[in-house]
Amino acid sequence: MAQPLAKKDDDRDDEAEYSPFTGIEKGAVLQEARVFNDPQLDPRRCSQVITKLLYLLNQGETFTKVEATEVFFAVTKLFQSKDIGLRRMVYLIIKELSPSADEVIIVTSSLMKDMNSKSDMYRANAIRVLCRITDGTLLTQIERYLKQAIVDKNPVVASAALVSGIHLLQTNPEIVKRWSNEVQEAVQSRAALVQFHALALLHQIRQNDRLAVSKLVTSLTRGTVRSPLAQCLLIRYTSQVIRESGQNTQTGERPFYDFLESCLRHKAEMVIFEAARAITELSGVTSRELTPAITVLQLFLSSSKPVLRFAAVRTLNKVAMTHPMAVTNCNIDMESLISDQNRSIATLAITTLLKTGNESSVDRLMKQITNFMSDIADEFKIVVVEAIRSLCLKFPLKYRTLMNFLSNILREEGGFEYKKAIVDSIVILIRDIPDAKESGLFHLCEFIEDCEFTYLSSQILHFLGNEGPKTSDPSKYIRYIYNRVILENATVRANAVSTLAKFGAVVDSLKPRIFVLLRRCLFDSDDEVRDRATLYLNTLGGDGSVGETDKDVKDFLFGSLDVPLANLETSLKNYEPSEEPFDIDAVPKEVKSQPLAEKKAPGKKPTGLDAPPIVPTSTIDAYEKLLSSIPEFSGFGQLFKSSAPVELTEPETEYSVNVVKHIYDENVVFQFNCTNTIPEQLLENVTVLMDATEAEEFSEVASKPLRSLPYDSPGQTFVAFEKPVGSPAVGKFSNMLKFIVKEVDTSTGEAEEDGVEDEYQLEDLEVVHADYMLKVGVSNFRNAWESMGPDNERVDEYGLGVRESLAEAVNAVINILGLQPCEGTEVVPSNSRSHSCLLSGVYIGNVKVLVRLSFGIDGPKQVAMKLAVRSEDQAVSDAIHEIIASG
Amino acid sequence: MANFGTYQESCPSIKNILLLDSEGRRVAVKYYSDDWPTLNAKLAFEKSVFTKTQKTNARTEAEIAMFDNHIVVYKFVQDLHFFVTGGDDENELILTTVLQGFFDAVALLLRSNVDKREALENLDLVLLCLDEIVDGGMVLETDSNVIAGKVASHSIDAGAPLSEQTISQALATAREHLTRSLLK
Repeated sequence: MAQPLAKKDDDRDDEAEYSPFTGIEKGAVLQEARVFNDPQLDPRRCSQVITKLLYLLNQGETFTKVEATEVFFAVTKLFQSKDIGLRRMVYLIIKELSPSADEVIIVTSSLMKDMNSKSDMYRANAIRVLCRITDGTLLTQIERYLKQAIVDKNPVVASAALVSGIHLLQTNPEIVKRWSNEVQEAVQSRAALVQFHALALLHQIRQNDRLAVSKLVTSLTRGTVRSPLAQCLLIRYTSQVIRESGQNTQTGERPFYDFLESCLRHKAEMVIFEAARAITELSGVTSRELTPAITVLQLFLSSSKPVLRFAAVRTLNKVAMTHPMAVTNCNIDMESLISDQNRSIATLAITTLLKTGNESSVDRLMKQITNFMSDIADEFKIVVVEAIRSLCLKFPLKYRTLMNFLSNILREEGGFEYKKAIVDSIVILIRDIPDAKESGLFHLCEFIEDCEFTYLSSQILHFLGNEGPKTSDPSKYIRYIYNRVILENATVRANAVSTLAKFGAVVDSLKPRIFVLLRRCLFDSDDEVRDRATLYLNTLGGDGSVGETDKDVKDFLFGSLDVPLANLETSLKNYEPSEEPFDIDAVPKEVKSQPLAEKKAPGKKPTGLDAPPIVPTSTIDAYEKLLSSIPEFSGFGQLFKSSAPVELTEPETEYSVNVVKHIYDENVVFQFNCTNTIPEQLLENVTVLMDATEAEEFSEVASKPLRSLPYDSPGQTFVAFEKPVGSPAVGKFSNMLKFIVKEVDTSTGEAEEDGVEDEYQLEDLEVVHADYMLKVGVSNFRNAWESMGPDNERVDEYGLGVRESLAEAVNAVINILGLQPCEGTEVVPSNSRSHSCLLSGVYIGNVKVLVRLSFGIDGPKQVAMKLAVRSEDQAVSDAIHEIIASG
Repeated sequence: MANFGTYQESCPSIKNILLLDSEGRRVAVKYYSDDWPTLNAKLAFEKSVFTKTQKTNARTEAEIAMFDNHIVVYKFVQDLHFFVTGGDDENELILTTVLQGFFDAVALLLRSNVDKREALENLDLVLLCLDEIVDGGMVLETDSNVIAGKVASHSIDAGAPLSEQTISQALATAREHLTRSLLK
């Protein structure tokens, strides 16, 4: 073989690192490109220059517009050469230069000539280049050739045309869609990759036609698919069809499951894995369906190829989130992966094990993880910490091992995010596992002795103040807290002062000593620290009297703001300094839901003249402002709740109307948001006639018509009803939209003088119990439940009859009650046979309500439910049961 | 427009192919996605991929790693580092097939003498190779013999269709081309 060094033009041989491109310069190469213009072309030299140009582009060098144009024009000259190697390089650089439209014209004819050349290599490449640089107009000229190329007997040409079609579909869909007959034919091609490309293009052409996709899948799953890639595509399309059909039918056998299952026995690993993954991702997959997929993934776990192990463990990790039991069979294989060279695989294996492990294996697992933690990056560690937290919640008895583990890693080196994850985990464990409290608090105390993050120190001090005084020996924490006052920055010191005060307020025996410490803080260098110390000394009675702390003071120190902070912030911003003090009770308590009103009217024209201009800052604020600005409704008092808009018309009808129910103590106001979708009409004097015959407790007191409703600018009309005070009256209203319609000349936009009275039937509207319930979450349900006490508890059991699934039953009950699910308990793991759900809210009259639901489902899908309600008012507890009993 | 999303999802797509040297510098790279809009973003990605994979042993079997929302499969030989990147829900084995196709095709074209110097000497072949493997993110061909055959078909009679070339012919062509390019 020839000596690699014997290159003739090799005159700058670098000993250290030789590269043919050493010292290359853009300017010089552009000069060299002049050889393209030589009358006697030297193909080899030209190829070399093109390679140099491509090298420059590849290194991130950019050409100016002028330079690029110059090179492009020079390159077009090279079409004269018959040298194949050179032609390939010409194709390549044309694609890289991505010429502008006016430049493309220069090469079009040359490329079209190549497209019709006898050489397949020319044809395939010319198609790809031309389709890459062309625009729509040129495409119609070459369309005929492309259609022919798709069914060309040469697979390279056919693939080139098909892949170009896939790209062109994004820019010129209407043209490419005309090729579907040819593409259909290409799907039957015997060449593996042609089939793959044809299938991809055909699916993309038809993707909006569900029936066509379904047919395509049906015919191909029966036929033969040659390439593994095409088979993977088919599997993806099949799961798509399953997904879409699944929404309509809920019956037994899943269509195409057999096909997916048969793919698990395919000879290509790519296909096996694709099928296994598709099965695990089926919605509502049963354990029987899962088993064969898990089995092949388990085999992959012990493969010698890292990629296979990674793919398998990543998929199993996802499965473990929903079906931990299905994955337990793989635990032994997974444990051996903890020592895998590839850290991604090891982390995935550990987190999967933490999800699927049983109580007895925890200790062993933790031992293995301890060795592993020291040599992985923070991002992996956070994943592991989170997995350990959920494991501990699952097996509370193992808290000692897990808590020790967390405290050990807390002492090691790590960044803020990592430390925060650990602290958060410990805090959650202390909250949820009472036994873990003392040791957990102790670990946190140790940590703040040497903590560089102000945020974490503050968080822990606050937490310590709430939990520490309730422990058996609160005095042992004082030292750690007071150390903060001596050693830390102002923020932490201020927090430490607050924490000390909390101990003083709760533990009377500590009070005198706390006062001594607080008095020392009066000489702190920082304002905030001094202020806090003064405030607490006064409120706690630091004048020497050592007695029971007032309830008010305790509330002040420990009471949580029962308003969402975001709402408080808005209210404070809106507050203008005046005689009237800021009233925290006036802050809306409802957690903001999606601001629907904002989404509904983006960039619409201003509303009618008499409608108040609303700029909704948030839905509830906006409603409150809007309603209090209408004199008729201003006497109704404090708005209790506004419902989400309920549509009263089908979508895309002439008039679109939705209604928002505003609940007051004695009244209900219905706000009808109307939109006129007919450009030729102007509606005037729009009202809604509400028939309350099926809502006996309601009587109409006022209505506010909408004077004019032009095309496409929404307006509101209101109807107000009276109802018994504080009572959750329910009922059904039938509604009729009444208005005067005037023809509008769309060219001038002017309406005719005379109008015709008309009416439009709207759908019925119901006021239900849930309308009287505010969704207010509680952060710690267990505490809230305990502190509410069993005095007004009502417990009963109900049969809910046959339900589609447990999740469906749970959702139905939540919706009927209109309460806020707490702690994520609204999510029902699929296939579970029983479920507990925690709900909280505020009933009309500001009565706090907590609900515990326990569901069970048996074989024939009979669902039974136990409902336990605690509230501040016995009547309300009964009312909740009434809702379920009547619903 | 939302349909593009489903297409991208249902069709295997390659986000980039990188060939770096033992210090993380570019030999040849090709991006097919807008995930890295600027040169700096691209270089930063290459740097992080290179540093994170540098110490791993990816010489016998392809290795794999996750970066933000991407999956990278890689394989090293001598002072060359081959990478193929896909989205995080991509079938890892498809990416590996592409990587293996590229890796083997380069090895064929460089006559198993695969190192940085040789790759740069024959950069035209490496670039053509990239061009034949993936077109705009779409997998074009994964069989290394076919890829190498297409790249090396310079001196084949223009009339003879590619499909009629046998592998040995293709290799012969490759060899011939190589000898010539080395002697020039």
